[in-house]
Amino acid sequence: MTRLFAAILVLLALTGGAHAVSDPAEMLANPVLEHRAEALGSQLRCLVCQNESVEQSNADLAKDLRRIIRQRIVAGESDRQVMAWMVARYGDFIRLSPPFDAMTLLLWFAPAIAVASGVGAALLARRGRAAPPAPLSVAEREHLDALLDP
Amino acid sequence: MEALTRRRLLMLGPLAIAAGAGGAGAALLLRMQEGRYDPHALPSMLIGKKLPVFTLPGQPPSAGFSSADVTARGRPAVVNFFASWCVPCVEEAPTLAALKRDGVPLWGIAYKDKADATAGFLDRHGDPYVRVARDESGTVGIDFGLYGVPESYLVDASGIVRWRWAGGLSPDIVHQDLLPKMRALA
Amino acid sequence: MTPELGHFALALAVALACAQAVLPLWGAHNRDPRLMASGPALALGQLIALATSFGCLVWSGVTDDFSVSNVARYSSSLEPLFYKITGTWGNHEGSILLWCLILALCGGVVAVFGRDLPSALRARVIGVLGFTSAGFLLFALTASNPFTRVWPPPIQGQSINPLLQDPGLAMHPPILYAGYVGFAIPFAFAVAALLEGRVDAAWGRWVRPWTLAAWCLLTCGIALGSWWSYYVLGWGGYWFWDPVENASLLPWLTGTALLHSAIVVEKREALKIWTVLLAIGTFSLSLSGTFLVRSGLLNSVHTFASDPTRGVFILALLAIVIGGSLLLFALRAPVLSAAGVFAPVSREGAIVLNNILLCSLAAVVLTGTMYPPMAELLFGAKLSVGPPYFHDTVIPLVAPLFAAMSLGPILPWKRADLGAALMKLWWAALAAALVGIAVGFGVRDAFAALGLTAATWMILGAAAQLVERTRLFRLPWRASRERLGAQPLAVWGAAVAHAGMGVTIAGIAGMALASSSVVAVKTGQTVALGGYDWTLLGLHNAPGPDYVSRVADLRVTRDGRQVALMHPARHDFTVQHQNISDASIITNGMRDLYAVLGDERDGQVVLRLHVNLMAPWIWLGALVMALGGGLSLADRRLRVGAPARRRRAAQTVPAE
Repeated sequence: MTRLFAAILVLLALTGGAHAVSDPAEMLANPVLEHRAEALGSQLRCLVCQNESVEQSNADLAKDLRRIIRQRIVAGESDRQVMAWMVARYGDFIRLSPPFDAMTLLLWFAPAIAVASGVGAALLARRGRAAPPAPLSVAEREHLDALLDP
Repeated sequence: MEALTRRRLLMLGPLAIAAGAGGAGAALLLRMQEGRYDPHALPSMLIGKKLPVFTLPGQPPSAGFSSADVTARGRPAVVNFFASWCVPCVEEAPTLAALKRDGVPLWGIAYKDKADATAGFLDRHGDPYVRVARDESGTVGIDFGLYGVPESYLVDASGIVRWRWAGGLSPDIVHQDLLPKMRALA
Repeated sequence: MTPELGHFALALAVALACAQAVLPLWGAHNRDPRLMASGPALALGQLIALATSFGCLVWSGVTDDFSVSNVARYSSSLEPLFYKITGTWGNHEGSILLWCLILALCGGVVAVFGRDLPSALRARVIGVLGFTSAGFLLFALTASNPFTRVWPPPIQGQSINPLLQDPGLAMHPPILYAGYVGFAIPFAFAVAALLEGRVDAAWGRWVRPWTLAAWCLLTCGIALGSWWSYYVLGWGGYWFWDPVENASLLPWLTGTALLHSAIVVEKREALKIWTVLLAIGTFSLSLSGTFLVRSGLLNSVHTFASDPTRGVFILALLAIVIGGSLLLFALRAPVLSAAGVFAPVSREGAIVLNNILLCSLAAVVLTGTMYPPMAELLFGAKLSVGPPYFHDTVIPLVAPLFAAMSLGPILPWKRADLGAALMKLWWAALAAALVGIAVGFGVRDAFAALGLTAATWMILGAAAQLVERTRLFRLPWRASRERLGAQPLAVWGAAVAHAGMGVTIAGIAGMALASSSVVAVKTGQTVALGGYDWTLLGLHNAPGPDYVSRVADLRVTRDGRQVALMHPARHDFTVQHQNISDASIITNGMRDLYAVLGDERDGQVVLRLHVNLMAPWIWLGALVMALGGGLSLADRRLRVGAPARRRRAAQTVPAE
């Protein structure tokens, strides 16, 4: 089943033409709006190809989504509204940067947790280290000298 | 706690983490073999929600239809997106024909397809649909959260989407999933 | 006949690996010198058998023997010879065989170059390598055999994926695998040390050259993969935080930490547990990366034909190797005691900070990569984690790392005065700040400004290492020059490697300033971009070995003078019905001109044009890092795990 579907996906990807170039006619005339559109497109995952953003991909679905993003921006929607529109249809999966909610706490706090654990481990290791041996007593030193210089 | 025992517990940490990761990996592999896990598959956002509102022109000779038309008869129905350029759509055609014979209402939407290509497809592989509409721009597909063809949506009598299958319908899927769910809704 | 020979050689290698796994370890346990001595011989035997097997597979490809199913599926007679050879490892079975070959090579290398190691340690190292080899060879022989036959043989093979018909990508797997698998040797050293129950300064010195070699190769492998993405995929990207890329980055991060940690073990006999754990961890990450890529569990561009049954076998193999070594670690490591004590602010302290930051980076990359499948398993949620997440989390971690990189080598061992050390770097800090301000006000891009500040700091900090050691400006000129000449290669290596990292960061920062544009032009039309004028001269067709090309001729001028003549093309592969874009890149070391050919419509041609500032520095920096590693490797003190030759007679035998 999944193999069949993979075939569909491949077909979709190829019918768009395997050219890694998008159409200049797609771009908005207003550079500020175009920049916003590109930034938004880079935050969205292309669902047909693996691991590319909507902005980078040359699949048909990505082209359609790029067009919709630009239409909605020109119509005056904010970035958040456009993103919400996309998520309403495709779920959180379409976001390349996951939302910050209860399920992704571990993900977003990972750097802090990692550094804290590392520092904690290092501190624990220092505390657990055996104390260096006590210096030799006088009797022990004489015994040592006797052994070394018979 | 004695220092050495504390160290021993600390040193078990990496093994514990690796074991956990390994267990998760095994679970995922098992699920993949059973077909319950697919990193490329996307669950539908429409399950439990009403059909997106749309009105589409017809594929001649059929008339077009709107979202309201699908449930106008007060029975569950299946909306099926297809295209002439899609190989699995050809493979699911016999299954759809069987569904038509069983009296399941199928509403077809030709996704991003030229009219004459769709007409040729329906000639060659049969037309199991109550009506066939055309979504040439693909906008309605995006409203459905479509990301490939074919996709089929089971809609109950009040217009709420109950089930979605991404990919071609096979007799197995129909008997295991689609028909039981339809019977439950009737 | 040849495939049969190859198949037999593979089976022979399995047998030899099993013997290699058992006999030397038994010998080391019982202190039996003959059994211990069997280790090197078995390792070399396994290497020869496996080399023969691999050679037979390559020969089958070269002679177009389509009765071998691997050749039938992944090769064709129309391919150029180079790709018939390199296509051997462009598929699952062949690449596993390559993996095994390199693992056997590791065993052979230890057998040949490890003569100065104590016999028990060497026997244990070879035994552990044999154990790992045996596992992977069994997998290759049973679940992923490249010598299976197909009868009747097809007339023509299905050919290699056109994307793989590229010199860069063809050479990428061997180098990358050499790095991945190379970390098996430090792993074996770590396990051997745990089995012996002793980690000492000598062990630290012996482990380092092998770690350096693997690290250099892995650095080159990752850089090669990144460079390939840049020039093939057609829109100037070079790193996508794709799961497979992350899988190669993870062992590199922990491997770098291992490299530095081993220095402390050698010099100060501290950080033993960290180092052993890092050695085990790095190879574990390499192995896990293999599993992840081939299992199909992840959403990635690079997936091989995924097969869950293979995934189960590899998972079992991983459980034994990784689980076993970590269990041994849990049992034996707690009794390892450190001898050296050090203050938090000291070179050891800096290396501990380095370890923490690098391992945190690895943890973050691992979390981000594994979160989607884990979230689906535990919560049933479908998430995706992409480049934006990694940018947000990695940059705050690398910032302190880069800052500390220049400071660490300046600090003395055991105890250091932070203020005095910082004063030694005042000129590097000043220069970095000036660069940052200049770039910031010049181009008004914060990322580029910060990146170039960091890069300047790192490069000058590396130079500062040499300045300090030669007491430049504090001694007469001649005395400083003499000191410079007397510096061991390892010091040069460290400085060059750190500078290399700075060069790469400079390249990444420069790319933020790249200009790009997608234009539709007619023949004869000129477009201005990035200070250059691009003129489309025309289009023509050109044949290739197994494709037909459509080529555009583009002239690039600046102030009227011709800078380059570019020929971006599109290749249409007949056998697989696929189009591949061939970007044209002209570099002058400081910037890349980049052009990609798109669609043609209504008499117009769509072109994607880039001016990528400082892009070549990204890969140049990686090369410099590897060069630094190579210089360290060439240091005689490291390679020979014993005092210099003339004192060989006085070398003591371990009291066993």
